[in-house]
This record gives sequence, structure tokens and C-alpha cells, in this order.
Amino acid sequence: MAIRIENLNYVYSAGTAFERQALREINLTIPDDQFIGIIGHTGSGKSTLIQHLNGLLRATSGAVYYNDKNIYEEGFDMKGMRSKVGLVFQYPEHQLFESDVFTDVCFGPKNQGLSQDEAEARAYEALKLVGLKEKYYKSSPFELSGGQKRRAAIAGILAMDPDVLVLDEPTAGLDPRGRDDILDQIERLHKEKKITVILVSHSMEDVARYVERIIVMNKGQVMFDDVPREVFRHYKELESVGLAAPQVTYLMHQLQENGWDVPDDATTVEEAADAIIQCLKR
Amino acid sequence: MLRDITLGQYYPANSVIHKLDPRVKLAGTLVFIVSLFAFSSAEAYIAATVFLGAVIYASRVPLGFMLKGLKSIFILMMFTVVFNLFLINGTPVVRIWVFTITKEGIETAVFMAIRLIYLVVGSSVMTLTTTPNNLTDGLEKALRPLAKIKVPVHEIAMMMSIALRFIPILMEETDKIMKAQTARGADFESGGIIKKAKNMIPLLVPLFISAFRRANDLAMAMEARGYHGGEGRTKMKPLIYQNRDKAAYLCLLLYLVAMFFINRIGFFAGLWY
Amino acid sequence: MLNIIKARKVSYDYLKIDDEGNVESSSRAVDGVDLDVKAGDFVAVLGHNGSGKSTLAKHINAILLPTEGTLYVDGKDTKDDSKLWEIRQSAGMVFQNPDNQIIGSVVDEDVGFGPENMGVPQQEIWERVERSLKSVGMWEYRTASPNKLSGGQKQRVAIAGVVAMCPKCIVLDEPTAMLDPNGRKEVIRTVRELNRTEHVTVILITHYMEEVIDADRVIVMDQGRVVMQGTPREVFSHVEELKRYRLDVPQATLVAYELQKAGISLPDGILTNEELVQALAEYRDRQ
Repeated sequence: MAIRIENLNYVYSAGTAFERQALREINLTIPDDQFIGIIGHTGSGKSTLIQHLNGLLRATSGAVYYNDKNIYEEGFDMKGMRSKVGLVFQYPEHQLFESDVFTDVCFGPKNQGLSQDEAEARAYEALKLVGLKEKYYKSSPFELSGGQKRRAAIAGILAMDPDVLVLDEPTAGLDPRGRDDILDQIERLHKEKKITVILVSHSMEDVARYVERIIVMNKGQVMFDDVPREVFRHYKELESVGLAAPQVTYLMHQLQENGWDVPDDATTVEEAADAIIQCLKR
Repeated sequence: MLRDITLGQYYPANSVIHKLDPRVKLAGTLVFIVSLFAFSSAEAYIAATVFLGAVIYASRVPLGFMLKGLKSIFILMMFTVVFNLFLINGTPVVRIWVFTITKEGIETAVFMAIRLIYLVVGSSVMTLTTTPNNLTDGLEKALRPLAKIKVPVHEIAMMMSIALRFIPILMEETDKIMKAQTARGADFESGGIIKKAKNMIPLLVPLFISAFRRANDLAMAMEARGYHGGEGRTKMKPLIYQNRDKAAYLCLLLYLVAMFFINRIGFFAGLWY
Repeated sequence: MLNIIKARKVSYDYLKIDDEGNVESSSRAVDGVDLDVKAGDFVAVLGHNGSGKSTLAKHINAILLPTEGTLYVDGKDTKDDSKLWEIRQSAGMVFQNPDNQIIGSVVDEDVGFGPENMGVPQQEIWERVERSLKSVGMWEYRTASPNKLSGGQKQRVAIAGVVAMCPKCIVLDEPTAMLDPNGRKEVIRTVRELNRTEHVTVILITHYMEEVIDADRVIVMDQGRVVMQGTPREVFSHVEELKRYRLDVPQATLVAYELQKAGISLPDGILTNEELVQALAEYRDRQ
């Protein structure tokens, strides 16, 4: 069991005029080797939540356990844990600062106290994992395209060899091609390295295509926490909080209303097409 | 959150002082500061206290807010007080070990402390009742004559107001980059001064790059909206003196004259004793 | 009717210049584009990053000038220096990053920035500010600081800033790329509303297909060239081709495409769920 969150509350700017409760009574268990999506609109608390997973924010009350150890306890190795729970922020390419991609990726492992050789080996492996071509390793981050820069930045976290990889909207601002490439790469990572991946996203279509579990956040609370098809059954409630199910979910419901005998829980294009074909064959 | 910190600590309220033309407030602050240095008799300081008190009352900014600014100069004030207390020769009052506190020392220390407090509170009245933008506008208009001797007054004012707009954004960005690098194991706290400076590189480089990118974007956006310097530009909110501004100037003049005479009287009164 | 934008064989090369000022290399970002946009149209330009769509957009506002070819905005050649400010006034531009295009520290001051630059009299600036803030639904935020607004609201303020210059045409360069889905909807709704009620010509550059479904015309760019154009229905009936350019297609269109591949004959160019349900019902009746 990787991370467990118990009764977590977080209040911003406590004691000032700007006080605001960002998270309310969160209880979550994040096991090893799971692909999780967190969705919620801006201000729902999803970004605040993920910053608790590696101790960047300290809960106002409640506890976070990493491998059954309370991370707020005295003597807990917070720095060590931060390298095990890798957090990729929004627009991570904005943190690149070294003169070339390879040196930048070495930054994390070196902070972990690894030797130059070990750090380089890690960097090499990480860059290979994100699928960046070797000819770019020694180029300046500014010579890369948006999608390539983002891969390099994700490699910077992967080089720290995390057990849990948290990505805050990794596809923001990318075009469909960049988006699909990055998400495919992340899925491959999850399968090959057997690490837990937490994907924070606005896009239902993306989440439905990749993850096995969806956590829906609303007003600082967990609204739903289930497999995608179960979560999207509540498409009306999702709409009431400014979210939506994938377009195909609506299609299936519309077909049902028109007397078609199709299941209403298709969440991807392929599932929907199959269901319709099955129905027509009958 | 960082974005909630307003620069210059503007305190929104609907008072006469808030409504005054920023140029009046600039002039007023200047007059007040000059008067503190030019007229230093006890009587003059009583008059200055009354004036400052009246302005603060009229501004409807809580006194506590005014005094907040003093926190930042506390150390400087203690320093001044201690120096004056122990280093001025005169009639001894108390003797502690090798130090002697004199009557003159106490007088000067108290006087200096009051002057310092009044300087800070006096200028806070201006910053608390004027939005940064309004202040920039006031400066631009007040310094307009300098444009004749080729001082780029409009450009300087424009730069100031853009800087004011971007400070909160860049502060937020600093916070974000800092967190992101912390997640990569960066350490911004421990180590000696050289190590600390070196550790700032992962923060400063991205911050500079981002500032340049923003500057570039903004320049393009400004050009796209037809910006081509101050020439031929009209103002949406031009500064025009109202009657209350004229009245305020009159008050300022009266204050100066009054200070002059009170200081004189104080001087003669001192001679008579 | 007059074409508000007329591009003839427009090409643009980005030059890489070394320290001595010599041209090191050049890359062609826009390659021989011909384009005609009718006044009052809503034109969407699709294409992935690097397809040249943003470079083309910057030509319309005369921020960039063509290396080869000519571009006319409202009948004026963008290369004509004496017409520069007129061109910038007739073709307003909204950019991607909401934070980096707002100049004023208060919403109404920002909207007044363009008219101020044009030397509009004070009284009229206020009228324009009020009208344009109302047209984007941001009037009640006129005294707010832009830093306190959401991304979608900031973009609406930016749009109001352009509207206040009374342009004939607005070019929006990926205005929604950095917004969340709600902000995106908010901005697109505003733009569509402007196009409908004020008859402003809109050129929307985007890579989100759901934003182009209601456009009068869709232009697809790839490698600096216009590779497809037509009504949304015409363009989206070429699923294979769109996939080749690695662009998104509405899910309803994709389901229809999958069904067609499985031998179910459905009409081309299905864009919405409703159309698909309708087409499937007709198919079933035929069987």
C-alpha cells in the first residue's frame, strides 16, 4: 500500500481575511500499481490535494501515511519520500533551467545524493522512457518543441525513480498530437515500470480512455471514487458541478431513449461502436 | 496566498482623502516631510501631530493599519534611539556601567523617534489611500515638465504601472517554481550563504525566462492594440483638479504658514524662559 | 461583398541569425497561402502546433509581414507602413496567454487602453468601454483587478479590449488553449455572440475541434499550407485525412466512422450525437 490519506483538511491563509477551506475530510487509499484519474473543475481542490501527496503542503488536520508511516511524524524522511512520490506540475517545462536537457534531468538524482555516473545513468534511462530522441539530449531546452520540452521535464521527475508519479494536467496547452503522444507514453510507463500513476485532468475523454479508477473532486471533497463506467453513470450529477461525461456516454443514453437496446455504460468510441454493432446484429 | 498581498497596501475606503487628486497627496506628503525637518520645536511638532491626526481621521483608514508600516522600521528606530541615548554629551541622568544617559540624549532620542514615526505614517497615508496606478498617473502628470528636457516621463510611468501589474503574477510564479523544484529535491533553506545563493539558480533562471517571455508577449499585445508611445494618446481617466483639490492645496498652504509661525513663537517662548 | 481579408501567395520564413547578424538558416512557416475571408464570417483555422496557423494569424494584424506574397486587410496592404495603425485598428487580436495581454491594473482601464492609443476623446472611450464590457458580459467586473479573475474571464476582458477599438475583424490565436473546459465554453460563447449580434468577422485559431463545429468555414493547415477547407461538415467527413494530420474529430463522427468501417452505411459528415441517432434510426428502418 503506497499512500493513505485520513480525514485530511486543508485551510488556506488560516486566520486572515482570505481564509478558505480548500480540502474537507478527505479519505483515500492509493495502492501500488494503479492508474488513477483525478477530475474536477478549477478550484475543486484537486491541485491542492496532490500537493499533500508528497508533503509540499501540510494538512491543517488529518494525516497522510506513506507505506504506513505518518509523514508528519518527527524524524520522517520527507526528502526521501519526495523522490518516491514524483510530482509533475502544470507546464513543467517552465522549470527547466540547465543549459541542456540531459544536465537538467540529472538535477533530481543529484539532489538525491547520487554520484555523477549514477545520475547520468538514471537520466539516460528516464529520457528513453519518455521517448525523447537521443539527438535532443544535449540541446538547449529552448530548441525543443512544446511537446518535447514537456517530455524532458517529465523525465526530470522520472529520473528520481519514483514509485508514484503524479501529473497535474500533463497535456495542458498541447495539441491533439502532443496530447496523445504524452498520454500513450505515460500509459506505457505505468505498464512497464509498474508504478502508480495519478493523472489530474479536465478532459473526461482522456481520463476515460486511460485510467482504471476516477476520483471526482468538488468543492474540496471527494464526490465520486470508482471505476470510470460507474462514475459516468452519474453524468447528470457531474453536469450539475460543471463537469461532463464523454460524448459517447450521452450518445448511448440518447440511443436508449430512442428505444435502442444498448448498454449505457460505454465510455470510449470503440466500446460505443461495438455496442451498436452488436445491437444491430440482433 | 501570495496574490492577496497588494503592493503599497492600498486600503479601499470612500473618504475625502481617497478621492483627492494623487498630485495633491504627493505634494502634501512632501510638504509634511519638509515641515518635519524645517520646524523642529516642540510646539511645531504638536501642530504637526494635530495635522497628521486630522488627516488620518479624514482618511477613514483604521489607525492600526497606519501603524502596521512601523513594524518594518522598528529595528532602525531602536538603533537611532540607542545611539542618541548613549552617545550625546550633556547633563548626566543615569549611569549604567560605562555608559551615561544624559538629559540631552533622552530629548534627542525621543525627538528622533517621533520624527521617524511621523515620516513613515505620513507617507503611509498616501500609499494607503491611493491605488498604485493612480499614484503612477499622478507622478507622470506632476513630472510632465521634465519631458521638455527629454526625460521619458510617459515611458517611465508606463513601465511602473506594468511592473505593478506583474508583481503579483511573478510572485505567484516564484511560489510555483519553488514548489516544483522542491519536488525535484531542491533545497532553498539550508547551507551557508554561498550554497544558498547557488541553490537559488534553479529558481532564478526559470523566473527570468518567464519574465522575458511575458515581456515579449506583452509587447506584442500592446503593439496589436495600437500602442505607439505617449504621442497622440488620449486618457480615459485624466487627472483634473476638482474644487476639493484646490481646497486641499489651500489647507496645505495654511499648514505651512501656521507651522512657520508656531515654530517662531516656540522659538521666542524658549528665549523668554 | 468585400473580402475583409485577402491573402495572395503569402509565405513567411523564420530566420535564424548568428552573432554576427548573418542568416544562419531559415525555415518556412507559412507556405504560399491564399485566403479570402468575407466580412461577417466565422472562420476557424485548425492545425497542430507548428502548422503555421499562429504565424499566419500574426500577419493579419501586421505584427509579421509576409516574406513573399501580399496580404490585404480591408483593402489595405499590410506592407504599407503609413496604414499600419489603421490595419491594427480594423483587425484586432486576442492571444493565448490571458495574463500576458492585459495591460491595465483595473478591468475598465485595460479595455480603454486601445481607444486611448487611438486618441479617441475621453467621453467616447467611456462609452466604448461600457459597450464592449457589456457585450462580453464583464460589465459588473469593471472595477476589479484582472489578477482576481478566472482564465475565461480574463480572456473575455481581452476580447472586450479589442472590441473597444471597433475592429471589423477579430483574430483569436488559440484563446482557449490555457483554459479549463468551462472557461473554454465561456470564451467561445462570447465570440460566437459577437459574431452573431455585432457582425464582427471572426478568425478563430484553435486545435479543439468542438470549437469549430459552428463555424461558417473551417480551414485546416499543415506544414504551412492550407490542406483542407470547407464547411465543418465537409471537413469532418474526411476522417481518414484528419487523422493523418493528427487532428481530433468529434466522438460522434468517430463512432459513425467505426460503424461505416463495419459495413453499416451511414451518411458522411455526421457531427453530433443527435445526427448520429437520427442516421442510425433511418438505417434500422431501411433494414
